[in-house]
Amino acid sequence: MQISADTTGPRVRGWIIPISFGAALLLMAMPLPTWAVPYRPDWVGIVLIYWCIAVPHRVGAGVGWSVGIVMDVMQFTLLGQNALSKTVLGFLANQSHLRIRMYPMWQQCTAVFLLLSIDIGLVTWVHGVAGNIKVGWSAWWPAASSMLIWPWLFIILRDARRRSYIC
Amino acid sequence: MDPRRPRWQSLRLIVLMSISVGLMIIDHRSENLSYFRSAVALAVKPLYEMSALPARLGAWVDRASRSHMDVREQYDRLRGEQIVLKSRLQKLEALEAENRRLNRLLAASRKVGEEVLLAQLVEVSLDPFTRKVLVNRGVRDGAYSGQPVIDPDGVIGQITHATLFTSSVTLLTDQSHAIPAQIRRNGLRVVVYGLGVPDRLSIPYLAQDADIRDGDILVTSGMGGRFPPGYPVARVTEIVKDPNEPFLGVTGMPVARLDYTRDVLLVWQVVPDDADPAQDEPDTGNGQAEAASDVAVQGANDGG
Repeated sequence: MQISADTTGPRVRGWIIPISFGAALLLMAMPLPTWAVPYRPDWVGIVLIYWCIAVPHRVGAGVGWSVGIVMDVMQFTLLGQNALSKTVLGFLANQSHLRIRMYPMWQQCTAVFLLLSIDIGLVTWVHGVAGNIKVGWSAWWPAASSMLIWPWLFIILRDARRRSYIC
Repeated sequence: MDPRRPRWQSLRLIVLMSISVGLMIIDHRSENLSYFRSAVALAVKPLYEMSALPARLGAWVDRASRSHMDVREQYDRLRGEQIVLKSRLQKLEALEAENRRLNRLLAASRKVGEEVLLAQLVEVSLDPFTRKVLVNRGVRDGAYSGQPVIDPDGVIGQITHATLFTSSVTLLTDQSHAIPAQIRRNGLRVVVYGLGVPDRLSIPYLAQDADIRDGDILVTSGMGGRFPPGYPVARVTEIVKDPNEPFLGVTGMPVARLDYTRDVLLVWQVVPDDADPAQDEPDTGNGQAEAASDVAVQGANDGG
């Protein structure tokens, strides 16, 4: 799915997307001190949102599902739990890409917070349906921390995308 | 609308969501997906390895920079410890033999011994709402779902998913975990529930006049047949007696150091052919990792 203008670009072109998802999964797996664990940003979620709004013809619900399955295996959660929430996240971000692109940064942050809240809400629903796990408001911390990370991640990924000539 | 975007977005969404829900239902009700899990786990293994790199580097630097004197000192201390333990072991072996004889006299059915295999923690759960760890032993080493896992101090939890090379262990403190236990002092049977927070366990449903005290040690009772009896589980840390409540509010702390250990032991229950319980171990991994017959070692560690 490449456009003719791209063909002169460096070879890394298409790889930046899987590489960024790999890095996000790595950051999710990175050991953190116990107190910091509840605040760990949803790296995979924000990277997914970024690619959904930047290259909506490449990344959407399908990619979200695949990354979600990998997350399920890595976190030993119920298989399909993150796949479901990331599918929905990918779909919603993909659908609203034109709108989110236009937003100024602070509004983008709010949009990211909302999208991730929906993602977390789905996960807590699954928790509730599957077992006796009670999840408090602390489940929403990652949405807040991801919102703070967003501007920086946005800049980094935008540069990476431009450098690898993906559009 | 971007003309390059694929069509049928909503249809794709619905299909993928149904697949996810289907997977969840299958995964929740059966073990059929363990091969799929194994395959994906294998594919993301490099990521695990990379995420553990800083910790491993730290450990290596620590080891490389430790002075000869320190090592010497540690060696002497460990040697001393080993001599003490060995001497205790002798006595325990004699006691075990005697116990077996007496059991045979009584024709008791509780002749179950245990075999263990050393495993190492590879990864701690990434999901803050579950308390699970990943160990480097899997189906290949004979690990199975429901297998008890202990450390030198006491019970850690049980294996909930065994894949080919790794297994995930649900810790005692996980919210979905409960373990039948009894008070070592008087044999009162209890069930110990995890709360989902580190180092706290709940012991509910005890009558207001139950004989339980602060500092009581709870050991596995062997009920349910999953955990072998006698391993320490928790220490009672707090008892709240509220006359308005039907039950006592009892909280405990795991005896095992759940958040600190790196080496854990997987336990197999085997029925010995009277003579030597160490002989009939069916599933051994590689030679250096397996400890010998371990109830004795276990006893020696927590006995003194």
